[in-house]
Amino acid sequence: MRRSQRVSTSFGFLGVGLFCLVFADLSVSTLDPWQEMARMARGLVTPDFLAVDRLGEALLQTLAFALVGVALAVVAGFGLALVFHVRVVRWGCAFVRAIHELFWALLFLQMLGLTALTGILAIALPYAGIFAKVYSEILEEAGPRAANTLPAGSGTVSAFFFARLPDAFVHLKSYTFYRVECGLRSSAVLGFVGLPTLGFYLESAFKQGHYSEVSALLFLFYVIIATLRLWMRPRLVPVYLLIAPFVLAGGAEISLDNIARFFTHDIVPYPLRSAEVLDISAWTAFGTWTWELLADQALPGIVATLVLTQIALVGSGVLTLVFFPLVSRRFLGPVGRTAGHAFLVVVRSTPEYILAYVLLQFWGPSMLPAIVALSLHNGAIIGHLVGRFSDELALRPDHPRGLNLYAYEVVPRVYGQFLAFLFYRWEVILRETAILGILGIQTLGFYVDSAISEIRLDRAMFLIVITALLNIAVDGLSRAIRARLRLATTPEIQ
Amino acid sequence: MGQGWKPLGNFIRNIALPAIVSVSFVTAALAGDFVFTAIPDEDETRLRQRFDKVAVYLTRELGVKVRYIPVKSYAAAVAAFRNNHVHLAWFGGLSGVRARLLVPGSEAIAQGYEDRFFITYFIAHASTGLRPADGFPAGIAGRTFTFGSKGSTSGRLMPEFYIRKHLKQAPAKAFARVGFSGDHSRTIALVQSGAYAVGAVNYKVWANEMKAGHIDPAKVSVIWKTPPYPDYQWTIRGDVDTVWGRGFKARVTRALLDMTDTDLLASFPRKSFVPAKNSDYKPILDVARSIKLID
Repeated sequence: MRRSQRVSTSFGFLGVGLFCLVFADLSVSTLDPWQEMARMARGLVTPDFLAVDRLGEALLQTLAFALVGVALAVVAGFGLALVFHVRVVRWGCAFVRAIHELFWALLFLQMLGLTALTGILAIALPYAGIFAKVYSEILEEAGPRAANTLPAGSGTVSAFFFARLPDAFVHLKSYTFYRVECGLRSSAVLGFVGLPTLGFYLESAFKQGHYSEVSALLFLFYVIIATLRLWMRPRLVPVYLLIAPFVLAGGAEISLDNIARFFTHDIVPYPLRSAEVLDISAWTAFGTWTWELLADQALPGIVATLVLTQIALVGSGVLTLVFFPLVSRRFLGPVGRTAGHAFLVVVRSTPEYILAYVLLQFWGPSMLPAIVALSLHNGAIIGHLVGRFSDELALRPDHPRGLNLYAYEVVPRVYGQFLAFLFYRWEVILRETAILGILGIQTLGFYVDSAISEIRLDRAMFLIVITALLNIAVDGLSRAIRARLRLATTPEIQ
Repeated sequence: MGQGWKPLGNFIRNIALPAIVSVSFVTAALAGDFVFTAIPDEDETRLRQRFDKVAVYLTRELGVKVRYIPVKSYAAAVAAFRNNHVHLAWFGGLSGVRARLLVPGSEAIAQGYEDRFFITYFIAHASTGLRPADGFPAGIAGRTFTFGSKGSTSGRLMPEFYIRKHLKQAPAKAFARVGFSGDHSRTIALVQSGAYAVGAVNYKVWANEMKAGHIDPAKVSVIWKTPPYPDYQWTIRGDVDTVWGRGFKARVTRALLDMTDTDLLASFPRKSFVPAKNSDYKPILDVARSIKLID
């Protein structure tokens, strides 16, 4: 029997992942992590909600940034989805979503300063790019059947609103809902670069080893995510959105001069800044500048980024297959599933950065903590989605049980969906490698962070554009593979 | 209207309009206060406690409302200063030099008494067997090493300068692995746990952490002290006199130099503030240029 394409592709990726392991630095070098680990464990079981200053404020800010940012992205993304067949729009969207929201935040911090708009745009811009793409795919897949029954001569606009939109609406809604959860995570993480959300306090407390504060902040965050379905009601959205500005108001003033300076000076490569257009020596210097940046930072950064991404992709896949039964009706009863859900909420809502830092204490600096952190985080996200999908499977009354059910019935039947989710997540994993530079892994994100901390925005911009191109390439590859394997291009997220 | 328009109507009413109203609201801002910030060099959870007191003191001395805003990184402090979102900042040597290059007319007006001869400690985990010495500890070559923040003077610039000088190599080549812990307290924690073998740390933070009982001398100890260099200072924007009236800069300088309350000074932590000028930091600029941290 010919081996299925899906299986051989899986083995191909497994092979690439294993090959990358050869180049990855996986050494374990910690000597005595136990003192710190014991403090972490103690902190975890003794959350101290009173220790965090301005806990309530941080919580409200996290919600406000997420909701306003996502709402703005929904509006922009929906508009763009309607003209997504225009090539420029498609490219523009691919570019904005290829840049991690943390990088957007860092750029807006330079341009707009610590204003609410910095946080809102850092979420809204990449999310608009994502919404535009996914919405247009959903609209496209919304069966043409309804449209075909329309009488000849029906206008495009009415065809859209009467035939296409109603059919797609439920999918648009559920995808948007899923994105709100992502928005909350993004909003919390933006605190790491200075916006006053939960991440701001979380990172500080973590850095200082105030683990009771860390666990208080994390618990609060888990509760918000776990109860999302209860408070995120369509009718309440306008209420939330109208309260949000009062929470966010009061930042610094936005100055047009700063914005102009950013574009006309800051991001112009240093050798060209004050040069005449025809100045040959400036262009030569620019050539050297570009070459050095490529050879010393971009290329090694790309290699490290890809090595980490490919290993973490395989790791995420393996963990997904382990995690999804924990929330699946096919394998566990209500009690077990509740525990499974709680576990996955914890693993997927803990920022990768924190997971990686905890593991750093165990294993010392190498690629290992980053690989495990990324695999856990993404494995939990995809595991959650695959688990839900497996609930929908109809089984024969005489289906096998236990391991046989898992291996011979459920896994083969969810495998296509599993691969679709995983390939969909590929590009996301690539983007997430950015924030793990702290571990001494010199991914592209590490060099971008260095350039920003040296206030060399020209270099930062150059490296960010390279990062974006790499993302676009991986996204294109993933799309091609999904098409070849006839996987859903848009994973159904219910 | 048919069914088709309903979701669209809902969408506009529930999401689109409120989103637009929201965003137009938040772009209105507070203005008019005199704002300062400080680089987050150690325990960030105490930043507000440390600096809100200073804001109260300055408000009283200057007669204008003074606010402190916390930032997450050295670069963010410089960006806020440059964008005129803060008008006064407690910078490190390197961040101050960068800020003054970016904001023409800005001036270093005061430094801590101790900042005229600041030093960096090289610290090592006990398992390395490295002992305190007067000369540069060449034995650190080939081990794992962590700096503090990428933008720090005592945690990055000066240690990197001495590493390049004595080991004749860039840190990435000289060590098995190089990390950036983010701040001095964490550098100590990482070397203490053995995650990194050696690290470079601000001597004031080391003394603070030692006093607080966070350091186990059996696990981590100082193996080398750098020669002294100028570090932290208060830097003010050149245009404050036009906004807050003539002589404002001089009044701010006076208020800082006159700070005698030991509780306030402990926020920095410094014994007192003494006058400073831009040229005091020429050595820092030269070092930063020599190791290509500034173009």
